[in-house]
Amino acid sequence: MARPARSAIAGAAVTALAVTAAACAAPGDGAKGGDADSSAVVGIAYEPDSLSPLLGYGKDGNSKIFDGLLTHDADMKLRPALAAALPKVTDGGRTYTYRLRDGVKFSDGKPFTSKDVVFTYETILDEKTNNASRTELDAVKDVEATGDDTVVFHLKYPYAPFAERTVLPIAPEHVAGRQDVNNGEFTTKPIGTGPYELVKWSKGEQLVFKANPGYWGGAPKIKNFTMAIVKDDDVRATRLRSGDLDGAILPPNLAKTFKGDAAKKTYTAKTFDYRVVTLPTGNKVAGDTAIRRALDIGVDRRTMVDRILEGAGKAAYGPVPTDSPWFTKGTERTHDVEKARKLLDRAGWKTGDGGVREKDGVRAAFPLWYLTGDKLRQDHALAYASDAKKLGIDIKVESGTWEVIEPRMPKDAVLAGGGAPADPDFDQYTLLKSALAGDGFNNMAWYENATVDAALEDARRSGDRAERQAAYDTIQRELVKDPGYTFLTHIDHLYVVDERFGDLTTQTEPHDHGLASGPWWNVEDWRA
Amino acid sequence: MSRRLPWGPMARLTGRRILFAVPVLAAVTFGVFAIAAASPFDPVKAYAGTAGLTASQHNLDQLRANLGVDQALPARWWDWLTSALTGDLGDSAVLRQPVAEVIGERLGWSVLLATTAFLIAIVLGTLLGVLAARRQGGWLDRAVTSLAYTLEAAPPFWLGLLAVWLFSLELGVLPAGGLTDTGTTTVTAGQVASHLVLPAGVLAVSQLPWFVLYVRQGVGDALDEDPVRGARARGLAPRTVLFGHALRSGTLPVLTLIGSRVPELITGALLVETVFSWPGIAAATVQAATSVDFPLLAALTVLATLAVLAGNWAADLLYGVADPRVGFDG
Repeated sequence: MARPARSAIAGAAVTALAVTAAACAAPGDGAKGGDADSSAVVGIAYEPDSLSPLLGYGKDGNSKIFDGLLTHDADMKLRPALAAALPKVTDGGRTYTYRLRDGVKFSDGKPFTSKDVVFTYETILDEKTNNASRTELDAVKDVEATGDDTVVFHLKYPYAPFAERTVLPIAPEHVAGRQDVNNGEFTTKPIGTGPYELVKWSKGEQLVFKANPGYWGGAPKIKNFTMAIVKDDDVRATRLRSGDLDGAILPPNLAKTFKGDAAKKTYTAKTFDYRVVTLPTGNKVAGDTAIRRALDIGVDRRTMVDRILEGAGKAAYGPVPTDSPWFTKGTERTHDVEKARKLLDRAGWKTGDGGVREKDGVRAAFPLWYLTGDKLRQDHALAYASDAKKLGIDIKVESGTWEVIEPRMPKDAVLAGGGAPADPDFDQYTLLKSALAGDGFNNMAWYENATVDAALEDARRSGDRAERQAAYDTIQRELVKDPGYTFLTHIDHLYVVDERFGDLTTQTEPHDHGLASGPWWNVEDWRA
Repeated sequence: MSRRLPWGPMARLTGRRILFAVPVLAAVTFGVFAIAAASPFDPVKAYAGTAGLTASQHNLDQLRANLGVDQALPARWWDWLTSALTGDLGDSAVLRQPVAEVIGERLGWSVLLATTAFLIAIVLGTLLGVLAARRQGGWLDRAVTSLAYTLEAAPPFWLGLLAVWLFSLELGVLPAGGLTDTGTTTVTAGQVASHLVLPAGVLAVSQLPWFVLYVRQGVGDALDEDPVRGARARGLAPRTVLFGHALRSGTLPVLTLIGSRVPELITGALLVETVFSWPGIAAATVQAATSVDFPLLAALTVLATLAVLAGNWAADLLYGVADPRVGFDG
């Protein structure tokens, strides 16, 4: 009588296996692979949430699958892409006119026209579209197509850096326009005009691309390009060493282990990626100008760069890195603990119990939060607190998720990060403008300075490079006298790549460096 | 020996279980919504990701409204329930895909992993259990039993990391994770098989101890029972006694075990899938939970609950079939 029971189990198991085998298709399964001799596999730590430009994918360029109207070259200069030339700016900086490149086709063979451009921008600006970066197109009033090959943007106000935003990838209206913008198939199976076509996206595992043979810029020599998503640094380094990967982004300590390897080259990308301590105006201690200034000159940035970043970075004195043309020479702060102490003494912060200063019964103490699990921010926060202690300021370092930190931002300091290289307006306006104080994660210090406010407006409205430079100089000098943040470091991004690809380049990279950054920013131009 | 299966009672048991599943599923999904709503995670922040750190408050508020997470908990649950009943499982915010599509793409791989592991565990566990029971207290019994207790105490993710270290990094014989090699885009049976070895092996090993210990106990007890002693006294071959008589009555507890192991198998599979980047529903479950993605989370919970209920139902059915004294009253 047990025999039926046993065969029932076996039967069920066989059925289960058969069902499984029939249902076998990997997530995001697509077409076929290709030959190995012109391929490259790189390891990245980040995975996009979606591949739809309408939801924010590739908004800063180098999206592989798509092209923007414009693109950045190795020196971050704007170059035409889907546009035939740089835009004509008229109406006092309020109207941008783009003439489009002729004969460009999407990878499905349908022609690219001005309708696709209008569709892309209008969809992103639509409130029903779940695009968290919509604010970046705040200046746009409307977009219109005048004929098949011309697109005109009308702005609400003169906005000098607008062209930098038009690196945003263009989606095909004939595909994306027929689907649910937020959850449609286009978000995982995109079609674009770019140098590569997506073959397959296995979420959490890899993005596989193949060269677009009909690319308007010429078919790429690297025919198969794969981005392996490997979140763990050590695993990524191991897979690079074993030859599974041809290149990878690595932290300084692991990049160093490839120094002696003649078959690998290490690339150091310069960045705008800063780490900063927000000093909220709402806190009696952190909001005090003397405390802010003392911390600004009392922290040892050099040691942070040497110890925490192992030399892969620079001291930061503001959002603009010292090697950028926008940097104001002479605003470097010299590390001077004595001067910082005197400054506090003069302002009435007297040393009290346990070496902590006091003024009018207020102890010079405040909490500093960092994002749980972010080792780099933790190290910066601890170093900052230890430097502050030498000045008699008691900073308690605490960690939490953004859900924990956000409600505390009006009163507590936060170890934050940011940086956008394309234009100084992109991060400075949201970081320093008093009207944006506490608006989401903008101006987290509740910084308020009328001179800075005015200079920010001048800098974004004027189309003249010298005028803009003068405005940003004013801001950087003002931040020396009246800091609202303590900028600590600008962090280099390190990449190790197989030498068979020859000498590669890197762009100046932003804080948010996803799959667009690294030496593979222009993999379409690599030799096979 | 042969007799007709009691279809009537079996059908009644199945009917009762289906009726029972309805309130259980309703309660479980409401519970999931309540727990997720009480969690400190913010779905809007999870959705926006790093872009949310530079987004304006207006932009974030609009996202909250678009995602429908500004509604009250019971309303959200009711909306989900009513549309789920009409076959619309909703859209997963975090994966930007319809929930049905997410599950359709991934479920097969999870089932493949779990079934393979479960079969290995049952076959290997029964074999080791019988061998250990044959000579209780012998060296094989002591070795198998202590190994089983050690494995029972070892968490699956730890076993997984150990296996990756040994077989992928030190020996370099098996791939460390994924469904296929990096850079390949076709899913071939050979590739999947080689990538399946480690995760299925680890999952099987983590489930193995229960089967070993249950079978060992059951067969050991059966060996002392009168019918078995009688069979032996009649001079039947030891092999026939062991597999024909002792194993048959000793396997009965294993049938119940199969049902009760299903929840453990599911949690074990979640951990193992995460360690080996297996493209099953585990990664989706973890993402759904930490991003408070209600539609996806609810659908996955329903699936897991159904699996557990089905496991219990199958075990009771098999037990009743194997031992008519038990009946189908449960």
